[in-house]
Amino acid sequence: MPTQVKIWGCRGSVATPGPETVGYGGNTSCVEIALGDDAALVLDAGTGIRELGFDLARRGTRRIYLFLTHLHLDHLEGLRFFAPLWNPEVTLDVWGPCSPVVSLRERILRAFSPPLFPLDFRDVPAEVRFHDLPGERWESHGISLSAELVLHPGPTLGYRVETGASSLAYLPDHEPVLAGITDRSPDWISGGALAAGADVVLHDAQYLDEEYEAKMGWGHSSVGDAVAFCRAVGADRLVLFHHEPQRSDRALESVEARARELAGPGEVPPVVAREGMVFDLP
Amino acid sequence: MSTQRQKHLVLILAREFASNLSTPTLIADERGYLVFYNEAAEDVIGRRFGEVGEMPLDDWLGAFDARALTGEPIPPEDRPTRVALDQRRASHLRYIVTSADGVDRELEVTGFPLFAHTEEFVGAVVIFWGT
Repeated sequence: MPTQVKIWGCRGSVATPGPETVGYGGNTSCVEIALGDDAALVLDAGTGIRELGFDLARRGTRRIYLFLTHLHLDHLEGLRFFAPLWNPEVTLDVWGPCSPVVSLRERILRAFSPPLFPLDFRDVPAEVRFHDLPGERWESHGISLSAELVLHPGPTLGYRVETGASSLAYLPDHEPVLAGITDRSPDWISGGALAAGADVVLHDAQYLDEEYEAKMGWGHSSVGDAVAFCRAVGADRLVLFHHEPQRSDRALESVEARARELAGPGEVPPVVAREGMVFDLP
Repeated sequence: MSTQRQKHLVLILAREFASNLSTPTLIADERGYLVFYNEAAEDVIGRRFGEVGEMPLDDWLGAFDARALTGEPIPPEDRPTRVALDQRRASHLRYIVTSADGVDRELEVTGFPLFAHTEEFVGAVVIFWGT
């Protein structure tokens, strides 16, 4: 049976609600990989996790595995408003990057205390456990997940999810071109092993190529670099992710058309991630 | 020999850093494999990295006859590269090597270990000064 993947948020940097973004959505990064009703695997806790939380509550899900790529606010700020966190019957395991000197738990608690939040983490009724990454491969429910540090300001992870028959790479914030994409072997490309031969790659494509020069080093990729990255590592379908906040629905349609031109006729046409998008991993 | 295993991000960043330096710089991974040296180091070593490729550092060090300024041989374990890898500490040494092209060169060499986290040793960087 195929594993279902659902995008709950794919906007980059900051949530952008409004009539111009209704089509592709304004919530920041959050992706769910279905494990059945008893458990959920979640990638990132941007504002998209808020709606997911209500959905998990409706489904009665009590066991949640959350993997954070990094702690920039657009990947974390939804956690405080994640309904299961406020349910004492829920167990939440959180994986994410520690810094070279501070644990993941200590880093997250900073966002869970005044003046950034009115409550302290000790007020959270759910049972929450923190796990530093990168580390051992995670395996459960027939899914295997591995993490590697990737190029983005501050400690940042990318993930590879394998179902046995297929694989998905999740690299929402990633600027591999800073260390080279096209002029080296895949083992020297940031995120190369995570995305190598993957069936689906959700990859940062925040900028148009003409915007990139002014934003170089900010940690995000151009559409052209996302296409080049997938080609270099032999990945199959590119899903363009982490949309520039100012990009309207109409502008994102142009982004998709541009990515398809760059991909060429021999490659699977890239698609732009859309809030609510559901696809199967074969 | 190319091992083709994913390089740690710290090594990827070190390679990019070294690629943009005019100071000869060499990078080894945590297993003691020479995984990269920059264009500036190619002049010191006498061979392009593309010709050499990844290889165990001991094979590489053995190809160079290293001598103190007084002429006494310097064993590999006393050279900054091996000190950084084996003892995981920085060291600095001045000595003479005969490169692959047969030329004697006086070098000042600094080696230092790379730790991604306090206990996570991922490799070493070696820099050749004033060559």
